[in-house]
Amino acid sequence: MQLNIFILICLLAASVWTVMTRSLLRSAIGLALVSAILTILMFNLNSPIAGVFELSVCAGLISVLFISTISLMEALTMKEVIDRMKERLRRFWLLPFIVISAGIMLSLFSLKFNLSLPLPEEQMDVRFVLWHARQLDVFAQVVILLAGVFGVVVLFAERKKEG
Amino acid sequence: MDSASLYLFWTFGVFAVLIFIAGCYCILLSYNLIRVLIGVELLIKAVTLLLIVAGHLSGHPALAQALVITLIVIEAVFITVAVGVVQGIHRINGSLNTRLLKELKG
Amino acid sequence: MVSLFILAPLLAIFALNFMFRRLGRFAAFWVGLLFSLAQIELVLLPRLPFWTNSNFILNDVFRFSLGVDNFTKLILLSSGVVLAVVFVITKALIDDEAKRFDFFNLLFIIMIGINGVALTKDLFSLYVFIEVTSITSFILIAFDRNMHAFEAAFKYIMLSALASVLMLSGMSLLLLVCGATGFSAVAQSLAASPNNFTVFAVGLFLCGLFIKSGLAPFHTWLPDSYSSAPAPVSVLLAGIVTKTAGVYALMRVVVSIFGFSPSMKLVLLFVGAFSAVLGALAALTQSDIKRMLAYSSISQVGYIVLGLGSGSALGVAGAALHLFNHSVFKSLLFVNAAAVETQSGTRDLDKMSGLAQKMPYTGITSCLASLSAAGLPPLAGFWSKLMIIMALWGAGFRMYSVIAAATGVLTLAYFLSLQRRAFFGEVSEKHLGVKEAGLGLVLPSVVLGALVVLTGVLTPFILKSVILPLGNILGG
Repeated sequence: MQLNIFILICLLAASVWTVMTRSLLRSAIGLALVSAILTILMFNLNSPIAGVFELSVCAGLISVLFISTISLMEALTMKEVIDRMKERLRRFWLLPFIVISAGIMLSLFSLKFNLSLPLPEEQMDVRFVLWHARQLDVFAQVVILLAGVFGVVVLFAERKKEG
Repeated sequence: MDSASLYLFWTFGVFAVLIFIAGCYCILLSYNLIRVLIGVELLIKAVTLLLIVAGHLSGHPALAQALVITLIVIEAVFITVAVGVVQGIHRINGSLNTRLLKELKG
Repeated sequence: MVSLFILAPLLAIFALNFMFRRLGRFAAFWVGLLFSLAQIELVLLPRLPFWTNSNFILNDVFRFSLGVDNFTKLILLSSGVVLAVVFVITKALIDDEAKRFDFFNLLFIIMIGINGVALTKDLFSLYVFIEVTSITSFILIAFDRNMHAFEAAFKYIMLSALASVLMLSGMSLLLLVCGATGFSAVAQSLAASPNNFTVFAVGLFLCGLFIKSGLAPFHTWLPDSYSSAPAPVSVLLAGIVTKTAGVYALMRVVVSIFGFSPSMKLVLLFVGAFSAVLGALAALTQSDIKRMLAYSSISQVGYIVLGLGSGSALGVAGAALHLFNHSVFKSLLFVNAAAVETQSGTRDLDKMSGLAQKMPYTGITSCLASLSAAGLPPLAGFWSKLMIIMALWGAGFRMYSVIAAATGVLTLAYFLSLQRRAFFGEVSEKHLGVKEAGLGLVLPSVVLGALVVLTGVLTPFILKSVILPLGNILGG
């Protein structure tokens, strides 16, 4: 448990760094770092398969997507960038204080819930659950991927005028 | 659920809320559209954490993992489409300033 | 065989995209129209073998747990109607064949999403299908790729992501308490052990659904999206997407899972009344025809939630009927707006006048739809509004009943303003050459107008047999 709390603190620090860092590229790398730490947490919490998905998709695919988008865009001129960076800290310095004070306030809450939780234990494999009990979700995933494909075609493709 | 599990859930829950706060802060105060998307990603990470913890503590890790896998697929497609829209805005305007999105009035 | 509702469009997409180009593009319209009309026909004719047959071959391969009741059938019916209309007007409005083919593909995906939301029996699957419709809506809103479209799409993306995060956090808390996500399992656990924790979880989930439905104060994405989207997309969004992925999901979740506790009723009543009044007041001040219709949608959805919040069977039945009526008349109004926009070249109400003389069909059907929305007898809107107001009065919420009636007056006011500015009066000079819109726009508007009148006239006869059971079956 102590290990989990340590990992959680690392997670929080990484996400605050992601928000506060000046360069956009470092922000995207910070996001990949957050995903990686989340994967470690998932492994500790008895969810290895979801952890593998998280690592490969979020820390891999999504970060690559962000980094390629960032590099492809010449967003601002140099002067604007420098101006923006100077006053960035002025806007964002408040965040660590908010996070730490909120954390302290929330952890002082005393728990008064009488949760009578009937929790039947089960020893099932994820693959079994995903394939047999949640087929509708798998079907919907296929549909969403199809929607994503059409989205890319509609939003990105340059169409030649058909004569 | 005994108080030990409740304490565990509370700890994880507090951290999830803090990451949520960081994500919201990022969305509200960014000048760059891509940073807004990174903030949304942080929100989704916080929710993923909540789902996994709920699954672990309620004794249903398999169900929670199935839900998280579906959620990750949805998230990937969502970010793809959102990046597509942001690229479209960039192609038209040449800039990614969030203050550009003030044309349509309430 | 009910899983055909979500399997058939997917097969259609694969078939159409892997055929020869010309054949695929030509066939897409007819296949889509066929599926929508088949959906309407299946609901209206009680073909029992279709609904209850479980010896279907595909059931061995796909083990989906889908549930059908009268409320589902209502959604399938209204989505069939709206999708058929959208297929027809897309054929008329988008000229580029390649773009039209992409549009049709996206329409098939939305068909899967809407049917999935209506048919599912599981909280997480409900969320996933809502996401299917939302992501496809982002793409459709941004279809024209101009700045307004991208801006509206981005605002919708932001608020939709926030709604998804809220729904998922509510769901994870419910998972902690109940250990499952099926409707019946969650309902049982919630009934067995009510405490503040579950109330908080339910509240989070409901806030997510409020954002998706476009209820005030979470409505900010709606006017921009409805007005900046291309015309068929506005019809689609207003007619079916927001209704199903937002309002129907809200109703299903409240009625089948969370139940009507006093605090739930108060929250629904407050949010509903706030949306109804805010939408009506804002609609009065608009000069863009599509924005006015968008604010009107917010107001009408507020009505539906007011009916839901009354908690009685009559209220729930009235809300369901108003959902169907609103799909029909709002789609009709947006089709008319599309006709006006294409023919006169403007959406600004102050710049048009007297169009009824040049565009008779559009003028008449728009008049019918406006009167139905305002609740004039014997049109359809009158009955559903009457049921909601009576249910509120009967359940003891006198003040909300008065608010609902007063909003009806406001609705009449802004719709009369719309009609007067756009259609009545003298034709302005620059619009002297305006002709009636083509068959692709007139035919759907005539059909929808006929449906408005038909529903209104038939309602007193089918009230006992078809409509009131809607409230009872939902346990309201």
